Amino acid sequence: MRHLLSIDDLERADIERILDRAASFAEVSGREIKKVPALRGRTVVNLFYEASTRTSSSFELAAKRLSADVVNVKSAGSSVDKGESLKDTVQTLSAYDPAAIVIRSPHVGAAELVARWTTASVVNAGDGKHEHPTQALLDVYTLRERLGSLDGREIWIVGDVLHSRVARSNVLAFRRMGASVTVCGPPTLIPRGIEALGCDVAYTLDRLAEADVVYALRMQRERMNEAFVPSLREYAAIYQIDRARLRPEQVLMHPGPVNRGVELAADVIDSPQATITAQVEAGVVVRMAVLYELLAGGRAPDAAAALPEPEPAEAAA
Amino acid sequence: MSDLLIAGAHVLDPRAGLDAPHDVLVRGGEVAEVGAPGSLRAPDGAETVDGEGRHLLPAFVDPHVHLRVPGQEHKEDLASGTAAAAAGGYCAVIAMPNTEPPIDEASVLSSVREAARREGRVRVEFLAAITRGLAGRELTEMAELRGAGALGFTDDGMPVVSAGMLRRALQYQRLCGGVVALHEEDPTLSAGGAMHEGEVSALLGMAGIPAVSESTMIARDAALAAYEGARIHVQHLSAVESVQAVAAAKDAGVRITAEASPHHLLLTDEVLRAEELHTRFKMNPPLRAERDRQALIAALRDGTIDCVATDHAPHASHEKEVPFEEAPMGTTGLETAFAALHTELVEPGVLPLGLVVERMTAGAALFDLPTPRIAPGETACLVLVDLDAEWQAGEPGWESKAENSCFAGRTLRGRVLLTLAGGDIAFRRMEVAA
Repeated sequence: MRHLLSIDDLERADIERILDRAASFAEVSGREIKKVPALRGRTVVNLFYEASTRTSSSFELAAKRLSADVVNVKSAGSSVDKGESLKDTVQTLSAYDPAAIVIRSPHVGAAELVARWTTASVVNAGDGKHEHPTQALLDVYTLRERLGSLDGREIWIVGDVLHSRVARSNVLAFRRMGASVTVCGPPTLIPRGIEALGCDVAYTLDRLAEADVVYALRMQRERMNEAFVPSLREYAAIYQIDRARLRPEQVLMHPGPVNRGVELAADVIDSPQATITAQVEAGVVVRMAVLYELLAGGRAPDAAAALPEPEPAEAAA
Repeated sequence: MSDLLIAGAHVLDPRAGLDAPHDVLVRGGEVAEVGAPGSLRAPDGAETVDGEGRHLLPAFVDPHVHLRVPGQEHKEDLASGTAAAAAGGYCAVIAMPNTEPPIDEASVLSSVREAARREGRVRVEFLAAITRGLAGRELTEMAELRGAGALGFTDDGMPVVSAGMLRRALQYQRLCGGVVALHEEDPTLSAGGAMHEGEVSALLGMAGIPAVSESTMIARDAALAAYEGARIHVQHLSAVESVQAVAAAKDAGVRITAEASPHHLLLTDEVLRAEELHTRFKMNPPLRAERDRQALIAALRDGTIDCVATDHAPHASHEKEVPFEEAPMGTTGLETAFAALHTELVEPGVLPLGLVVERMTAGAALFDLPTPRIAPGETACLVLVDLDAEWQAGEPGWESKAENSCFAGRTLRGRVLLTLAGGDIAFRRMEVAA
């Protein structure tokens, strides 16, 4: 595998291989020294055109735990803000000969484009409202840890599906792992034609009890200004996941950051049913596994980790 | 003016009732004689072109192109745009006024018409803007613009959002004449959209442009035209709902005509999934679904859609080498229109060649230009094509300055060998023996 651009490019076996490796990295994360030398001497560029805390920090940490050199380029203060085109920026960064470019962009297909312009492996860290494949992988990882398997499970994704790249990637990933998926939200926030992803559509939570897993999406406040819903109050009244609506055996997920009191009630956020913190933890090991898959995947993991490390040039000088 | 004998080509001109091999003699830029194969001789000094196994058609007329002059000559200019037209078999094109500055004043129109006469390889006519700056707020000096040679009016690229504004233009048409051509789009429905709203946009997470953003405006404007007795032309129809709106208006007696573009007749939004969102497939209106495409083909067949227009919209490479949502709208079309329609509609037997030729020339009459005909006494506007010639679109290059062709790289069958426009040779492919 050369790039990770879309969940659609992954077979179930690919997902399982990546997540199994993530599990082995999780074991390393439990040690005092959390680093492995797998990507020593290689460079990972994180190119972020959108504000992001979780995704950018976990990619950075993942690359560092694999001993890669990391360059973070963010929209603020870079040539990106000076009107340089994406193509020119990518070509400039490619001059550093990075092994991987991790890209987050507000534009659909941006990762695809970057892959056309560079010889580095490209990881899509979110392209517009299209996909966020590493989020989907870490969510599947979290659910595997919690439920063992997704086969035959019923998963509801609730909220602003229209503006959610997480929803799109997760429908694909959950289905590929054997679950069936229902997306639920106000009709104004369910894209026309979404059934083509292979999911069902619901406009109320009436049948939420059928779900084994409830995945709530972030409800962004700016959607109010665009008149997608009349008020957050009405949204919360109809779609908020709270103690009354959530059965005790259901797993509750959320990609973060949570709007407390909007999509989730406080009483469920901190409940043991919620996997929100586990998802964040999974983010690092899953992204390690993704970088490993793309940059060192040709070699057996243990052999690679055990390779003797060449002396760094600067140490010899 | 050319003297030329085109010998033995299969001459096809539905309006002239010709569909058989003939010799066609051009003298002094006019069709002098049409005779049985082998019956005509080239006069002294005149060239003979071997037409054997080739087809001679009336040259095409495109009522909708963007030549980008004045102001955006880095995308296209009059020389390159008309070279593209000639290479595609066109003898005349009608250029849109959404330039920089827009063609919304007689002085701009006069200077660009003058330049087109000097630099154009084929006849170039112009529509002027309906509203100043295409801003939708004040009418242009429509009467003066007509006096300066505008064939009609359009704010193409932008809809006339205000019904009241359009009504004024339609009323004023009674004074100044000239077809009012309309880019139909309700921006409250289409805003932010970059592609057709449907399954593919749902999968890609792209904001969509719903078909009803076009069809509702057509219905509105047809009602206004009916009320004012005005003559309107609907540009670049893209959706089944739009076809229905035009058909209903025609049934009701509204003076309405419509055009469709080769890309809407031949491609759907599925190419965006297959071709990884290549920006050469980004245009406005967007490529729609298969049912829309089938409705457009049926409407072209039954005459609900009167003519083919390319909406040739050149852009510089660097402008298109950006993420899809950021890219400007438009595909080039002049150099591929005939070959693409021939390959995808005529060869599989969907539409007869004669009908395609008729629709590729019908735009002339809609805008009061002479319709090219292969008949004695007519100005020679002719195109010689080899229907069996296979070529890769874009190889070895384009006559247009731009490369943003939605058909680039496709294998097409049917190639223009020779184009006569206004009595002169406007284009000749190297291989054609002199």
